[in-house]
Order: sequence, then C-alpha cells, then structure tokens
Amino acid sequence: MSRKPKTFHGGLHPPDSKAASADKAVEICPLPDEIIIPLSQHIGAPAEPCVAVGDSVCRGQVVGEARGFVSVPVHASTSGEVVAVEARPHPSGRDLPAVVIRPDGRDQWCDDLRGLGEDELAAESVRNKLCACGIVGLGGATFPTHVKLSPPPEKPIDTLIINGAECEPYLTTDYRLMLEDPEQILDGVRLFAGVLGRPRIFIGIEENKPAAIKVIDAACASSDIEVVPLRVKYPQGAEKQLIYAITGREVPSGGLPMDAGVLVQNVRTAAAVSVAVRTGQPLIEQVLTVTGPGVAEPKNLRVRIGTPLRHLIDACGGFNGEPGKIILGGPMMGTAQLSLDVPVTRGAGGLLIFRQEDVDPRPEGPCIRCGRCVSVCPARILPTTIVAYARNDQVETAETLGVLDCIECGCCTYICPSMIPLVQFIRQAKGAIMAQKRNA
Amino acid sequence: MLEAIVSLGGIGLSAAILLGLASKKFAVEVDPRELEILDALPGANCGACGFPGCAGFARALAEGKVDPAACTPGGQATIERLASILGVSAKLREPEVAVVICQGDRVKAKDKYRYLGVEDCNAAQKLADGPKACPGGCLGLGSCVRACPFGAIEITKQGLAVISREKCTGCTKCIAVCPRQVIRMVPASATVHVLCNSHDKGAVVRKYCQVGCIACQICKKAAPEAYVIEDFLARVVYAHHGQAAPAIEKCPTHCIRDFIAGYPEGSTFAPSIVPTSDEAA
Repeated sequence: MSRKPKTFHGGLHPPDSKAASADKAVEICPLPDEIIIPLSQHIGAPAEPCVAVGDSVCRGQVVGEARGFVSVPVHASTSGEVVAVEARPHPSGRDLPAVVIRPDGRDQWCDDLRGLGEDELAAESVRNKLCACGIVGLGGATFPTHVKLSPPPEKPIDTLIINGAECEPYLTTDYRLMLEDPEQILDGVRLFAGVLGRPRIFIGIEENKPAAIKVIDAACASSDIEVVPLRVKYPQGAEKQLIYAITGREVPSGGLPMDAGVLVQNVRTAAAVSVAVRTGQPLIEQVLTVTGPGVAEPKNLRVRIGTPLRHLIDACGGFNGEPGKIILGGPMMGTAQLSLDVPVTRGAGGLLIFRQEDVDPRPEGPCIRCGRCVSVCPARILPTTIVAYARNDQVETAETLGVLDCIECGCCTYICPSMIPLVQFIRQAKGAIMAQKRNA
Repeated sequence: MLEAIVSLGGIGLSAAILLGLASKKFAVEVDPRELEILDALPGANCGACGFPGCAGFARALAEGKVDPAACTPGGQATIERLASILGVSAKLREPEVAVVICQGDRVKAKDKYRYLGVEDCNAAQKLADGPKACPGGCLGLGSCVRACPFGAIEITKQGLAVISREKCTGCTKCIAVCPRQVIRMVPASATVHVLCNSHDKGAVVRKYCQVGCIACQICKKAAPEAYVIEDFLARVVYAHHGQAAPAIEKCPTHCIRDFIAGYPEGSTFAPSIVPTSDEAA
C-alpha cells in the first residue's frame, strides 16, 4: 500500500507566530464586572431569552432557550443578577440581543446539573445532553454538535477525525489543551465513537507541535486511535482538506463530510463534550489565545463566555503601542472587531492585537495575472477568473467555475501581491447565487 | 474565361432564387408599429419598464400588453409619441427624479471603521452594516453610479453620491441597488429637499454627522405646511414644496438644500433653473 497523503493540494505557509504564547500554561481570566451573553452564538436560529431584568441566575443556568432543530440554548457563565436584556455589541459588528449579568462574585453553580452515568450513554441521550449543554463546533464554525452527530441513516459514518491541526497562525489554544488535558479530549473522542458506533478514529496534528503529538500518542497507546502527523500548511485544519489528507477521500462538490462517510470534530469540542456528558456542566468557558504584537503580555486564558474583550486585554497587561486592528479568531479567518465592548462567544479561539504599523493599508491594484491565487487554492478553483466575472455581476458564470466550492480560507487574498480582496468578491458572488436560488 | 463567368454567374443566380424563395417562405410577421415604437424609445435598454431591453418593451407595447407610461426614462414626450403610434390616449404623469438624501461625505460624517475592501456599497454593507457610523448615510462606494444607465450619478472627491436632476430620467435603477435606501424618488419640479436619512435621535446624529437632521422642529415652525417630522427625521411634504424655501436658512445643521442654489459640496454638476409652472399645487 502506498503511503497515505498527509496533505492536500494548494495552501500556503504563513509565519506561524505561535512562539509568543505556545509555552504559556492556560491561566484563569478573572471575573469581569459585567458578563454579556449574546443570544446568537451558533450557526442557526438565535436563542429566545427566558430570564427577565432583576432575576438572579446561577452559573450554568439557561438564559436563552433553543429555537428550532439547528439551535442550542445559551447559559449564564457565572452567578449574579440579570441587569438588562437588550441589544449589545456582537462579534459580527452589529448590536444583537444579549442577556447582561452583573456577577455576585460567588460563582455559584446551579445544583440541578447532572452528568450521564455509564449506563445512560445511549446515542439519543448523549445528543440531548449536548444540545441542552449548548455544545457547538469550537473549531470556529459553531455548528451545533448534536445536529452533526445525527447523520441521516442513508449516510453511514465509518470514520471519525479529531482535528488538532490548529493551522491558523498565532493560535495556541488547541495545542495547550492537548498538552494539559489529553484525557479529557480522549474521553470526548470515546463518547463520539459510542454515538457513531465504533468508527475508525484518527487524530490529526500538524508536525510543528511535536510535544502535542507525543502527549496524545502516549495517551492513545492502549487504544486503536491513530495519531496522524500532518504537514504544516494552512488550511490543514479545514474539514475537507483534513479528510483528504488523512483518508484520501474527497468530499463531493456541494456535499458534506458525511457524504464521504466522515465526521470531523475539533479537539476542543471533544473536551467540551466530555465535560458536558460527565458533569452536566454546559459550555460556559473557553480557552482563548490573546496574542499579537499589539498586546503587552501574550497569554492563553480560560475565559468565561460573555467576558468583554477589554477585560481580556487588561488581563494581559494592556496594549503594546497604538492598536491598529483587533481580530477575534485567527488571522486568516477571524473577524475584525469594531469595539472592545464585544463579548467572547463560543467558538472564538483567539484575540489578536496588531499595531498600526503591522497593518498594510495599501489600496487594491490591478491583477497582474501571476496565478498565485490559483496555485494556493485548496478548493482547486480559479479565484482570479471568478473574481473577474463577479466584478461584472456575471454570477452565473462564476457559479459554473465552482465559486460555491470556495471554503473562504483566505489563501488567495493573503498571497495576492496586488491586494485584491478576492475572498470578499467571492463571498459577494456566493451571496448573490444563494439569493437567486432562494428566489427561484 | 467564359466557363468561369457562366459557372459563377449560374451559382449566383441559383443562390439568389433560393434566397428569394426562402425569404418568402420563412418570413417573420413583424407588426410595422413595433419598428416605429422602437424608433421612438430612448434606446438605453435600461430595463426600467421591467423588460430586458427596449425591443422587448416595443413588442409588448405593440401587442397591447403594457402601458406606454411604463417607459419613465422617455419622459412625457416619448409617452405621447408612443400613445399616438398606438392610437391610445397618453396618461399624464408627474415626472420624478431620484435624489440622494444625504450630505454626510467623508469630511462631514464619521466612519465606524476603516474599510479597505471591495469598492461596492453592497459588499461594504455586509461588514458590520457598512463603515459609515450613520445607519442611513451614503457609503460613497458607487454602486449606484455603476447601475445608472444614463451617467446621471457621480461620487464626489469626499465620497458622496450626487444625482444630476437634469440627467436623471427616473428609471429607479439606482434605488434598487442601494443597500441603505438613501436614494428617493421626488417630483421633478421640487427643488428643496431634506438631505438626511438618519432616524436616530438628534443627540446621536450630532455625534457622527455635522449635517444630519436632529429633528429640532425649526423647519416645521418656519413652514408648517411644507414639512413633516416622523421618527426623528424631517421631510418635505411634496404637495406643498413651493412653501419649503423659508426653512432653508433656519435649519441649524444645514441639512435642507435647494438644488437651484447648488448641488452638495464637491459636486461637478451645475444647477439649472427648472420650470416652476406646477409649483405649490
């Protein structure tokens, strides 16, 4: 048998810049004066608030009920008093409804939280538990995990891939978790395997994290879980690219990983699943890497969901120089933030601070037809050609060129020497095509 | 030599006969009025009538499926000519033009963030509802300029869309592409407009714009008939637009403009006198 592919077509290797925070153990971020719990923290319908101003809440209490199948509840991340239910700044840049809590400092857990016993681990009860605990994909997409674990019967899943690639530069949260709590990850992996019915299990980790590979390898020694070292390349952790690198299977155009018989879960999601099922504690905390040249002391922080970004920066010694760009998430796929009053939500893996001098403000230039965007595209589409059509509103032609297969990884925009915002054009075209399909 | 002439001539002759027969056999019936109508239409293929181009509209007109008044860019003269071709009576219709109800360019209005992306208002609007701090202000990235088939819109150096009253035909294509609904149709005879599109309270407007409406009611006091204030934003009551002028000088933020006196700052369009026959109806 030939050697398995450990990578995929295209991609690039930006400087990983992980050194600043990779060796810092996770610290607990102190409690802020105000916790803002947005009701929209996942893909799907926002939660419905179920507390009123003046109510006192305990840690882990549901403050927003799920609405619809692709939705999860949101929970209070500390005990205290509800002081407002109103629109507050949200990572998306808009003001969206949120429950605002003033912590009482006692951090009292709700006493009705209960995990599942060994004899209660039927697939259905695990899925219900994950939904009740608000578990979503923490790799960044925040897709409700219980939905992902409910594949239709005609699409059996025979392979489970645990994503520890962490290919985004700067971020070190997955790495720290793998080093500090491998048992929790593996417990989550076993729970996934129980729901799916004994799939093959792989854990993919990029080769630039030898310490994590060693720790996970040692923890998996007595099981049939396979640890796969992956080539260091962005976007190695993208679902479809990871599936190809590890199994050699391709997810068909327009399809989902389940069409290739694979389920991909992030290591942090696995850990959150373990906590939820064993203790009944909902997802109210998150490890974030606060780093970048614009912050005084880069750190990995265990942060309560709802903590304003300002508080995180204070916990890391404040700014270093004049901040020019603040990104929630990774530098390639994260979103730039307008305000430090924005709270941490589920799925945010990092907070990056760049100074004025780190931001390249050059305007867009003409395409010089160098083809670099084509050679780095992991989806094997032609960004420059698609953008030429998108620029002229010819979205039908863009669709025939496969624009819907774009995973928006940002490789093309990163590599473009003319600063053309290729991904933004592509997103525009995708939006126009989806709108046409809805109207048709 | 002779053979060549005869054979080539023969081929030509037979081809001519064939073509002549084919043109009789496969002739497409065209309503003669359709060509006449097409000639009368502006020929901009702008799509304001709802048809992809003038030809499609001409066919529908000849078949009696649409009203001549659907061609707004043609104006009254075209509609009358179409009506006479078709033998129907022309409906009189108040001509309208589009106006950008905002003066908050980059100098006068603040931005929430620095936008470095695609030069398109709809693309910018998707990123945290656009870089402009005002939720209704013109983004100045020119989506309307590209949509206008008549070259009636320009973006000033300070980043504000301005529509020429002379060149605008009222086709409403710019309105369809604007993500902020900052372009409105107004009667062509009206020249005084409140140029603000923010429904925020006055104190909020002052924070992000020097020329925004703060709903102070002064215009309504100066010309009670001509203004109405709804949801913290004043607008001209166009049925009484002839009485709107006295409030212009009184407006503390100078957000009421008479387009006869001039276009917004930075515009290259020159104001002109418009007929005032049906003013103050």
